[in-house]
Amino acid sequence: MATTSKNRCFAPGTGLTLLSFLALLGLWSALAYTGSVKELFLPKPHKVLTAFVQMYEEGILLTYSWDSIYRVMVGWAMAVVVAVPLGMFIATSRRCAAVFGPLMEFARYLPVVALVPLTLLYFGIGDLQKFMVIFLGTFFQLVLMVADSTARVPKDLSRAAATLGASRAQTYRLVLVPGALPGIMDDLRITIGWAWTYLVVAELVAANSGLGYMILRAQRFLAIDRIFAGLIIIGLLGLGTDFLFKWLTRITVPWSEKA
Amino acid sequence: MSKLSIQSLTKTFGSGDKTVTALENVTLEIDEGEFTVVVGPSGCGKSTLLNIVAGLELKSSGQAVLGGRRITGPGSDRGMVFQSYTLFPWLTVRENVEFGLRIKKMPKTERAEIARKYLRLVGLAEFENALPKELSGGMKQRTAIARVLANSPDMLLMDEPFGALDAQTRLQLQDLLLDVWREEKATVLFITHDIDEAILLADTIHIMSNRPGRILESIHVDIQRPRDHRVTLTPEFAAIKGQIMDLLWNEMS
Ligand SMILES: Nc1ncnc2c1ncn2[C@@H]1O[C@H](COP(=O)(O)OP(=O)(O)OP(=O)(O)O)[C@@H](O)[C@H]1O
Ligand SMILES: [Mg+2]
Repeated sequence: MATTSKNRCFAPGTGLTLLSFLALLGLWSALAYTGSVKELFLPKPHKVLTAFVQMYEEGILLTYSWDSIYRVMVGWAMAVVVAVPLGMFIATSRRCAAVFGPLMEFARYLPVVALVPLTLLYFGIGDLQKFMVIFLGTFFQLVLMVADSTARVPKDLSRAAATLGASRAQTYRLVLVPGALPGIMDDLRITIGWAWTYLVVAELVAANSGLGYMILRAQRFLAIDRIFAGLIIIGLLGLGTDFLFKWLTRITVPWSEKA
Repeated sequence: MSKLSIQSLTKTFGSGDKTVTALENVTLEIDEGEFTVVVGPSGCGKSTLLNIVAGLELKSSGQAVLGGRRITGPGSDRGMVFQSYTLFPWLTVRENVEFGLRIKKMPKTERAEIARKYLRLVGLAEFENALPKELSGGMKQRTAIARVLANSPDMLLMDEPFGALDAQTRLQLQDLLLDVWREEKATVLFITHDIDEAILLADTIHIMSNRPGRILESIHVDIQRPRDHRVTLTPEFAAIKGQIMDLLWNEMS
């Protein structure tokens, strides 16, 4: 038994995963082809496929996807670059926690959607505004999540390092950073998912390219097949990102119990 | 002159009317090469005492002096083995053992050699490239001991290092520690609430009172060395055990 499971080239459960997607497709087909749901509300699967092909031929499928990916990456990266160090400092310095902690807690309860009009006013409708919406949507939470992941590094590890002669700076670099890394990788994976959500929100409100914009325009023309195509792309990109991060986690922290 | 000298050490936690006095006027001396064990009821301040010696905790008053120098903070001259597993999970066994030497900027080949020597001493030579998550609890603590020894500290501090291990592994590690101690001529301050363990290991046992911890009595263990766990069957052992149990029973009632 052990040898067969070792020789398998897919992770256990891959079959079940596939099955769940097929079941969803089956349900969709059943509802659409039997006409139980009006075509105005639920497109037939093959129509969605045609929509994909059309959009590809129009040249918008790839450019819009890329525009969205680009906005997510930049907006999210801006948040990460500031949030990770700040979160670590909050977790390790009482003064830093006093200055920034409550501020972050306050800010994270502001619904980002309510801030969208402001971002339009300040930054216009270009890419910068998209970056800002994503930044506002992920930054404050990420700071707190990173602080939490850092605080979860067992105190005794730092204490052991100190008794082995490590200075505070060395303890930070050699213990806290690697120790917090598995948690931070998780935080990154979760927040990039949110980044997608906020991007689509931003693009639905004001944009002239991107997947959100594509969906909005399709809705104006009642092109339900294109709406579905857009949703499927967003879902697949999200799934891909998640896989990428799980893989990255295995690469960067192979020692973690999670890897 | 003794190696470690603790003079009327007192430690109070907290402030205002919520203070807890963990240690009160603790005085003890440890000679070079001596194996000292502290036993006492749970919560009496044993870990606090050890943490102050390690420099991980600040004293409230009194003093702790190691080799003529006052202890003000943690340092590689005092190696500590914790009850919890404290190997760095992202480093291999050998890299863990090399940690202190890496901080001292010792060249790679040299520190690998030292690490291997101590891994051999604790019987883990074959596991140098394993990750901590692949080790049993006993192996983790062996590695922790090797890691501390590789740093050649003046003194070993051990806070119930075998407390989380099963009974058999604990016996093995006690015997191993006795071998290591003899070989390295280490000075050890060891904390436990296992009376058998205390008598097996110690030259001197200090028995602490309930909180606030004071030294109730200090007992010399004259059982012949080298020892291993078979000494637990001797009448001398039983006599000392009886004496300590009486003291602790009195303290608890
Ligand atoms: N950081 C702290 N703040 C407040 N009180 C503390 C702190 N650390 C320890 N104490 C208190 O000091 C007392 C002694 O604690 P300590 O950990 O030294 O006991 P111990 O003898 O090691 O106990 P055990 O055998 O359970 O490990 C306890 O009552 C504990 O609650
Ligand atoms: Mg303790």
